[in-house]
Amino acid sequence: MNKAVGPIKRKFAPWDDPAGVPFIRFENVTKRFGDFVAVDNLTLDIYEREFFSLLGPSGCGKTTLMRMLAGFENPTEGRILLDGKDLAGIPPYKRPVNMMFQSYALFPHMTVEANIAFGLKQDGMESDQINTRVAEMLRLVKLEKFAKRKPHQLSGGQRQRVALARSVAKRPKVLLLDEPLGALDKKLREETQFELMDLQIELGMTFLIVTHDQEEAMTVSDRIAVMNHGVIAQIGTPAEIYELPATRYVADFIGDINLIEGKVSAVSGTQLSLTSEGIGGVIDAEAAEGGDATVGLDACFAIRPEKVRISREAPPAGSHNVLEGEVWDIGYLGDISVYRVKLANGTIVKATVANMTRIVERPITWEDKVYLTWPRDAGIILTK
Amino acid sequence: MADTKDPTGSSKAKWLVVAVPYLWSAIFFLAPFFIIVKISLSQTAIAMPPYMPQFKDLATAWDAVRQFSLDNYVFLTEDPLYIAAYLSSLRIALISTLLLLAVGYPIAYGMARAPKGVRNVLVMLVILPFWTSFLIRVYAWIGILKPEGLLTMLLQALHIFGPDQQLKIFNTETAVFIGIVYSYLPFMVLPLYAALEKMDHTLLEAAADLGCPPLQAFWKITFPLSLPGVVAGCFLCFIPIVGEFVIPDLLGGSGTLMIGKTLWAEFFNNRDWPVSSAVAVVLLIILVVPIVIFQNQQKKL
Amino acid sequence: MNKNLTWFNVTALVLGFAFLYIPILILVIYSFNESKLVTVWGGFSTKWYASLANNQSILDAAWVTIRVGLLSASLATVLGTMAALTLDRFKKFHGRALFSGMVYAPLVMPEVITGLSLLLLFVAIGFDRGFWTVTIAHTTLTMCFVAVVVQSRLVTFDRSLEEAALDLGCPPFKTFFIITLPLILPGVVAGWMLAFTLSLDDLVIASFSTGPGATTLPIKIYSMVRLGVTPEINAVSSILIGVIALGVVAASIVTNRAEKERERAERAAFAQG
Repeated sequence: MNKAVGPIKRKFAPWDDPAGVPFIRFENVTKRFGDFVAVDNLTLDIYEREFFSLLGPSGCGKTTLMRMLAGFENPTEGRILLDGKDLAGIPPYKRPVNMMFQSYALFPHMTVEANIAFGLKQDGMESDQINTRVAEMLRLVKLEKFAKRKPHQLSGGQRQRVALARSVAKRPKVLLLDEPLGALDKKLREETQFELMDLQIELGMTFLIVTHDQEEAMTVSDRIAVMNHGVIAQIGTPAEIYELPATRYVADFIGDINLIEGKVSAVSGTQLSLTSEGIGGVIDAEAAEGGDATVGLDACFAIRPEKVRISREAPPAGSHNVLEGEVWDIGYLGDISVYRVKLANGTIVKATVANMTRIVERPITWEDKVYLTWPRDAGIILTK
Repeated sequence: MADTKDPTGSSKAKWLVVAVPYLWSAIFFLAPFFIIVKISLSQTAIAMPPYMPQFKDLATAWDAVRQFSLDNYVFLTEDPLYIAAYLSSLRIALISTLLLLAVGYPIAYGMARAPKGVRNVLVMLVILPFWTSFLIRVYAWIGILKPEGLLTMLLQALHIFGPDQQLKIFNTETAVFIGIVYSYLPFMVLPLYAALEKMDHTLLEAAADLGCPPLQAFWKITFPLSLPGVVAGCFLCFIPIVGEFVIPDLLGGSGTLMIGKTLWAEFFNNRDWPVSSAVAVVLLIILVVPIVIFQNQQKKL
Repeated sequence: MNKNLTWFNVTALVLGFAFLYIPILILVIYSFNESKLVTVWGGFSTKWYASLANNQSILDAAWVTIRVGLLSASLATVLGTMAALTLDRFKKFHGRALFSGMVYAPLVMPEVITGLSLLLLFVAIGFDRGFWTVTIAHTTLTMCFVAVVVQSRLVTFDRSLEEAALDLGCPPFKTFFIITLPLILPGVVAGWMLAFTLSLDDLVIASFSTGPGATTLPIKIYSMVRLGVTPEINAVSSILIGVIALGVVAASIVTNRAEKERERAERAAFAQG
C-alpha cells in the first residue's frame, strides 16, 4: 500500500453538485424490531467513490442501516436503491456489496488463501484467475508470506488485513466496514486508518464505514453522518461537523466542547448575542445553520477548548466575548495543558494551551483569577 | 417488503429444519402419551392387543369412547401396593438424591479446584463410566454385594466379619441406594462441576481479605454461587430415579418396592396393559411439576 | 490456592474415583477367572471369551445392537442437529414452547414411561415390533441428547461467519454445509457417539419396543443376569467396556491434541505480533 497515489484529498464534493446522482440512496427507511425503532424514516444519499462514515453511539441504528444495505435485514418501510436499482427482495448473496465484519468473521477452518478466494469461487471464477486475484490481494495487504496459515495463526492486525482483502477481492461496488479497526490497539489503528484511505482511492470503490470512534471517522471520511436514536443528526464533511455543529448533540458528541447555556439577547441577521446570569458578560457569535432565533430564546454557546484564550490580564472594559473565572483544575498532558475555569455561576469552561516552551512551572496556577477570551468567529450559538 | 423475518435463509429449507424434528417428536414422543391415557381408560381383555375397546373405524369410535372408564385408576387407589410403591419410589429418589449431592459435591469441588491441566482429564474420568453400559455397571455390584460376594470376603479377610458372617445388604434398599448413587454420580457431579468451575476464585480471596474464615466463606460464597448446579444436578437425578427399574430389579430384589418395577411386572408378567398405562399416567402426573421446573432451568442456560 | 483444603480435595477425588472405577475393574478382572464361581478366583483364563465366540445367541444380539445403534445414532444425529438449529436460530414461531418441551423432557423422563408409551403407539398403528421399532424408539430418545450437545456448540458459534459467507455470494444451503457444519462438527460427532452408546446401553426402552428376532445385547445380558451371575457376562461386559473406553479415550486425545496445537499456534502468532 506504499504506492504513490497523488494528492490524497483533492477536491471531491459530488454532494454539492446539483446534477450529481447518488450511488446509494436510503429513501424514507424505517426499521422496527418489535416495538423498538432502530432506524426512523431516514433518507440518505451516498455518492460513488465516496468514503462515507456512519458515526454514533451504540444502539443509534448505524449498524442496522448498514446491515439493511448488505441484505441481512429488510427495511420495515421505505426502500434502498443501489445504482438506481431497488434492492428489495435481493438476498445478500446476490448483492454487489461486500462487508468487512467487526469480528472479521474469518472462516477458521480455511487458510488465508482460501478465505480470500471464497467469494471468487462463489462467482464461479476460473481457478487460475482466482489464483492471480488472490495473489494480488495478498500483495495489497502485505500478507504474501501468510497465504497458507489458518486465521488462528495470525495476529490481530494480520487478521484484520485478511478480512479486508477478502471483502475487496470480489471488487464490489460498495464496501461496508463495520467497526473495522475496533479490535486493534491505538497505534495500529492510526496506521491502518491511512492505509484504508489509500486503498479506497486505489480501488476506486465506495466505502461505507460504521464506527463509534469519532477520530477514526474524522480521519478517513469524505463525509460523516452523525446518528442518534435512528435519525441523522447532521451530515457533513469532517470540518463542517467539527466547526459548524448543527445541534447540541452533535457538538457534544464530536470532540471536546464547552457549552454555555443562556438566552438570546439580540438578533442581527445570523449574528446573535447571548447572555446568562453569572457569566459576567455578553457573548456574540454566529447562529448555527437552520436555527431561527428570536430574542429571549433559550440557546447555548458552543466553543472548542482550543479556541479559548486564557489570561491573567483583564481585557479593556466593555469588551464582548470575555468571561471571568477562577482556575479550578489543571491537567498537564505533555503537549497541551487543560485549564478548567469556574465561572461565577458555577459553569466550568475548559481552555487548552499548547505547551510551546520547555518549562515546568506554568504562569497560571490554581485559584488564579483569569479572563477567557476568543475571537468573534471562534464559537457558535446553538438553538437546537 | 413486509417480511420482517431473517431474510438470509430460504424459507423452504427453514421450514424443513423445523418441521422434520418437530413431526418426529410429535409422532413418537407426544402422541404416545395420548395413547397411554386412552388405554389407561380401557378395560383389560384377553386378546391381542390385550385391551378394549379398540378403535376400528370412526363409526364405532364414539361407542368406544363411551366405554371409557376410570376403573383402572380406582383400582390403583384400592390396592395399597400401588400407593406404597409410589410413596416408596419418591422416598428412595429423595434420599438417593441427597446422598448423591453429599457424595458428588466434594468430588466436583475437588475437580474444580484441581490444577487447570488436570481438570479436563478428571472430567473425562467422570464421564467415562457414564459411557459404559448402565446395566453392566449395576451388574458389577451384584458380585460385590452378594452375601457370598467380594465385600463379604474382604470383610472376612480383614477379620471384621467372622468366617460364617455374611453381608446382608443384597436385595435390600441399602443395595439400591448404593446402585443408584453409583450409576447417577456423573449426572450430579458434572452440573456441580460446571457451576463451581465458573466461579471466580478471587471472590474467595476477597472474602478472606474482608476477614471471612474459609469454612464460612464456603457457606456464604461458594455454595450459594453453585446453587444453579445443585438444582440442575438434583433434578437430573431425582426425576429418572423415581421411575428407575433396572437398579431396584437387580439389586433390590423383593425387598424393594418401586413403581418402575411395579409397572414392569404389571406389563410383562401380568400382561395388564390398561393398568400399567394407568400406573404410567399417574407417575407422569407426579413428575410433571419437577419436569417443568427442570425445563425452565434448561431454557435459562 | 488454599493449602488447608488441598488434602480434602485430594481425598474427595481419590475416594470418588475409586468408587467409580473399582467395581468396573473387578468386573473386568473376574472375566478372566478360570472358576465358574464369580467370587472365587480360580486362576487366569480366557476361556469365557472363547465360549462367547461360540455363543450364537449373544453374537446375534450383539449384531442387532450394533445395527440398531449405528442406524438410530445416525438418524438421531440428523434429527437432533435440526432440532438444535431450530432451538438456536428460530426464537419465535408457533409451538416453540411445545417443541423445546419435547426436546428436553425425554432427557429426564423415566424410561419405563417412554418405553411403554412407544410400545402402545406401535401397537395402535399396527406396526410389527422388531428391529425397526427399536431403532425408532432409540432415535426418539437419543435425538434429544444430540440436540442438547449440538445446541451447546451452536451457542458459541459466531453467526457473522454465516453472514460473511452469504455476503461473499454463497447461498444459504451451501453456507450451512461448507461453513456451519464443519465448524459445529465436533459437537455433531460427540452427539453421534453419545447417541450410539446410549442405544448400545438401553435395556428398558428396547424391552418394550422390541419384538421377535430383535433381541438386543442388553436384553440378552439382562436375561442372563436374571438366571445368575456368570463369568461369561463379565466377558461380554468387559468387551463392551473396552470398545467404548477405547473410542472415548481416542476421541478425547484427538480433540485435546488439536486444542493444544491450536493454542500453541495462537501463542506463536501473538509472539510475532
